[in-house]
Parts: sequence; structure tokens; C-alpha cells
Amino acid sequence: MTMEISGSRKLVNAVMLSLSGVCTILVIGVLFFILGYLLIHGVKSLNLDFFTKLPKPSGEAGGGMANAVAGSGKVLLLASLIGVPIGFFAGVYLAEYSGKTFAFLLRYVVDLLNGVPSIVMGIVAYAVVVKPLKHFSALAGGIALGIMMIPIAVRTTEEFLRAVPNSLREGAMALGATKARTIFTVVMPAAISGLTSGMLLNLARVAGETAPLLFTALGNMFWSKGYLAPIATLPVMIYNYAIAPEDDLHQQAWAAGFVLLTLVLVINVTARMIIARGPASQRR
Amino acid sequence: MASSTYIADILRRPTGRGLIARLKGGDEISYLVTLACAVSIFAVVALIVGELWVNSQPTVKAFGWHFLVTSEWDPNNGKFGALPFIYGTCVTSFLALLLAVPLGVASAIFLAELAPPRLSNILTFLIELLAAVPSVIYGLIGVFVLLPLIRHYLVPGLRGAFGYLPFFQGSFYGLSFLSAGLVLTIMVAPFIISVSREVLLAVPVEQREAALALGATRWETTWDIVLPNASTGIFGSIFLALARALGETMAVTMVIGNTPRISASLLSPGYSIAAVIANEFAEANGDLYISSLIFLGLVLFALTIVINAIARILIVATARKAGG
Repeated sequence: MTMEISGSRKLVNAVMLSLSGVCTILVIGVLFFILGYLLIHGVKSLNLDFFTKLPKPSGEAGGGMANAVAGSGKVLLLASLIGVPIGFFAGVYLAEYSGKTFAFLLRYVVDLLNGVPSIVMGIVAYAVVVKPLKHFSALAGGIALGIMMIPIAVRTTEEFLRAVPNSLREGAMALGATKARTIFTVVMPAAISGLTSGMLLNLARVAGETAPLLFTALGNMFWSKGYLAPIATLPVMIYNYAIAPEDDLHQQAWAAGFVLLTLVLVINVTARMIIARGPASQRR
Repeated sequence: MASSTYIADILRRPTGRGLIARLKGGDEISYLVTLACAVSIFAVVALIVGELWVNSQPTVKAFGWHFLVTSEWDPNNGKFGALPFIYGTCVTSFLALLLAVPLGVASAIFLAELAPPRLSNILTFLIELLAAVPSVIYGLIGVFVLLPLIRHYLVPGLRGAFGYLPFFQGSFYGLSFLSAGLVLTIMVAPFIISVSREVLLAVPVEQREAALALGATRWETTWDIVLPNASTGIFGSIFLALARALGETMAVTMVIGNTPRISASLLSPGYSIAAVIANEFAEANGDLYISSLIFLGLVLFALTIVINAIARILIVATARKAGG
């Protein structure tokens, strides 16, 4: 009764299927290799000085990156203040108000914006902020990263608001609530966990961006003087130290890389866990 | 007649209220604020295009289209030609796709067709984490880990096997097209995997069941039935990866060697569009120098827009096919 499958067909089947498994293991292996290598080298070079001291002048050992840690925080705060509100409200418009044609156009433009290489954002921020003000600044870096945050903010807001069942909206409206009240007091709370984690993922994505900061925020070996002065950031420090010739700086780059990657991965894992548990996941 | 006056009353009511009264209700405010934000996104994109266009005009006026096809880059003597960068971007991206497409599609097949759903979900989660690793970290790993490995093991091996090919001629110092291509491979593979897996999962189960019932092996089912069904979407994922590879900056800048040179040898140092902008913009002096770099940015922008658009169309087309 059993149908015979010829030996060569069985062989091809076994070989190709195992090859696909090997490829997967290879890709996953790279991840663990990167994590492991950064962990070993990063922890070895990391100490309290990293978070509390300024970088030492070239040639001297020791020092830390306290200014870059604070600088990254500052630039990311600026970026969030610019990117999140614009993206969020545009997402609300898409999900709750927009007509079909406008929504199609806006989604298309948002996708387009999402595909723009990060270095191009740097050029734009340079042209808009650095050139007229005639010096590099934290503000320029924040604007470059802020624009980069818009597309994901729009799409996550739209997606999670749409996931809220219409019966909730109808219920609120039937009780006499205005549309605005319905959106902001009924729909939004229902989507809050998804919205929060979406914005966190968005932040994690730009936290590691280096290219748009190179000629906007530039860098600074000291504490930055306000938002209109050049400012040090972790990713740019990693880049500068990694291509510098001194071995001591390489150690610092590993430490900074470890801190940055830990931050990015922790945010990613937390946000994904929130999404997986939240009510919005019922949709999938 | 009472009902008609009632309706007329309702119709009159919104217009009867003043603008201020309507704003107080919050409804109009929320509508206007969200609309303004939505419209501002169009403005942002227009601003990007406008700034790139206006600021690259000096170069366009000075060199015209020759800028894109001349290969001399000598800022000190006012000579600007973009060809070495365009060449470097194309070579490294092509190399990355050459390696990442088989690797990525094979992994996607494993995850979608073979692995039990639980395992598949965990592995996909890990691969998506790989996509979240910042570019500069890949550069760091590339410089300190990958370069020594390539120099000590890969290049001697390649020379031994294919030393007669023009791709593996000349001396090798580590920083090269080859290194940049390999780092890019690691960076774009996760994109191909996660999008291709989604596309494969969208192919109806009945198709597989029918093929298996007719006596096809698991692999034959995948290769002859599932893959052709998903091919448009997989091409979409490849274009997405290509757009990403073209625009990738930091990791490439750190391992490509930053030398404006056109060489058939993959072992030679080179340069890419994104790398030259990253590396020279902050120190560029003179309007023509800066505007040449901005023009390169415009070229990169245009390239990625076109390729992203193609990718979207392909992915949407598959989603429609699977859905209908």
C-alpha cells in the first residue's frame, strides 16, 4: 500500500531541508556571537568611571563617557518631543477621521519617509538648522532623529487604534460623547499598551542612529552648553573611538557598544512582551 | 409637520453655533490638530526633497550630469566625480544580496515550512532582534572581529580557490569591498527572513496539503508549489533589503576603506555614497564640496525611494493574491 518515493528524491528532500536548517542556525549564531563578544569585551571595559567621568584628552588612559550618556538622553528627548506628537496625531487622524484617498496618500508618503536613508536626514537637518545658525547643535541632531521617528509613530498609532473594536466607539457615542471625547477617553485607553510599546520600539530604533548625528550634533569632549551647542552622543562616540588608533579608546568603544546594545535590546524585548500580552494581540 | 421642523432644527444647529463655541467642545480642535499633523508630514517630505534639491544646485550647475559619470574626486583641486562612490555602493550592495538572498530565503523556508510553530516564533523573535542591533555596533564587530577573520582565513582560502579571477587580485589589507559586503550581508539578512517568512505563511495550507497528497516530498512541495506562489513577495523582501543596503552608512564606512577607487578586485579598498557623506561632510569646506556631497545624498535618496516603491508594490501584490 505504501507509495515508493525514489531514493534520489528522498536524498534531495533531506539535503535541502537540512541546508535550510543550517542557514537558520548560521543567522541565529551570528546574533549570539555578537551578543557574546560584546558582553565579554564590554563588561571587561565597563566600570563606574564610564558613567561618571568625562573623556580624557587623547593619549591619557581612563576617563568615561558621562557626557555622551547624558547627551544621548538629551538628543533622544528632543527627538521624541518632535517626532512622537506629530506622528501620534497624524496616526489618530488616519485611524479615526481620514477619508480613503487621503489615507492612501498619507500612508504612501509615510512609507516613503520611512525608507529615506538616515544619512539623508542628517543632511536635511544640517541644511535647515546647522547652516542658518552657523554651528552644530543638539537641536539639529534632535530634529534629524525626530523626523526619523515620525513614520513608525504614525503606523503604530494607526494600527493599534484600528485594533480597538468599533463597538467601543459606538457605545461611547450612543452615551452622547463627542467624537473627540470618544477617541481620547475610550479608544485610546483601550490601545494604550500597544501605543506605549510602539513608541518604545521607535525610540530604541533611533537610539542607535549614528549617521544623522555626525554633522548635526557633531560631538563634544566636554559637557554640552545647552541645546544650541555641539553635544556628545553614545553612537557617535563609539564610531570615533572605534576608528581611532589608540587601544585604550577601543576598550571604551566596546564598553559604550555594550551599554548601547543592552539599552536597545532591553527596550525591544520589553516592548514586544507588552504587545504580546496586551489586548491588541487578540486581533492576530 | 412637527418632525420636519425638528430635522430642520438639527440641521441648523451646528451652523448656529459660533466658531468659538464649537472649538470649546473639543471636537473641532481635535480634528484640526490631527489634520495639521497629518498634513505636516507632507510638508516634511517636501522639505527634504526641497533642501536636497536647492543645496545641490551649485554642483548641478558646475558639472551637470557629468558629475555622475566622472571618477576623479579631488576636493583640494575642486574636482568632483561621483562614479567611485556609485560603483562602491552598487558593488557592496550586490555582494550583500548575492550572499543574503540564499541564506535569508533558506532560513525563511525553514521557519515557515519546517520548524514547529513554537520554535519558529522564538527563532523569528531572535532574528528580529538582530535587525534591531544598531548599525554602529555592526561596524564595531566588523572592524575588530570580522576583519581579522577575513584576513586570516577567508581571503587566503578565496585566493587558493579562485585566485585566477579578477575579483581576488591585488594586495589585501582588510578594509575592502569584500568586508563591507560581508557586514552588509549580516545586516540585511534579517529583513529578507522576516518578510519572506510572512509571505510564505500567507500561502494557503491547502496548496501544501494537495501537493503532499499527490505524493510530493516536503521539499518538492516547498520548491514547486509554495515558493512560486510566494515569489512576488520574496522579490519584494529582496528589494527592501537592497534599499536598506544602499543607504546603510556606519558599518560600511567603518570597513570599506574610504578610498575613492574603482577596482574590479573585491579585496581593494573603496568608498560608497553614504560613506563619503558620513566621512567628509563635517570637514567639507567650500560651497562646491558641500553641495557635491548633498547631491550625492539626493542620488541616494532617489535610488532608495524608487527601490522601496518597487518593494511595496511587490509585497502588496502578493498579499492581494493570497487574500483573494
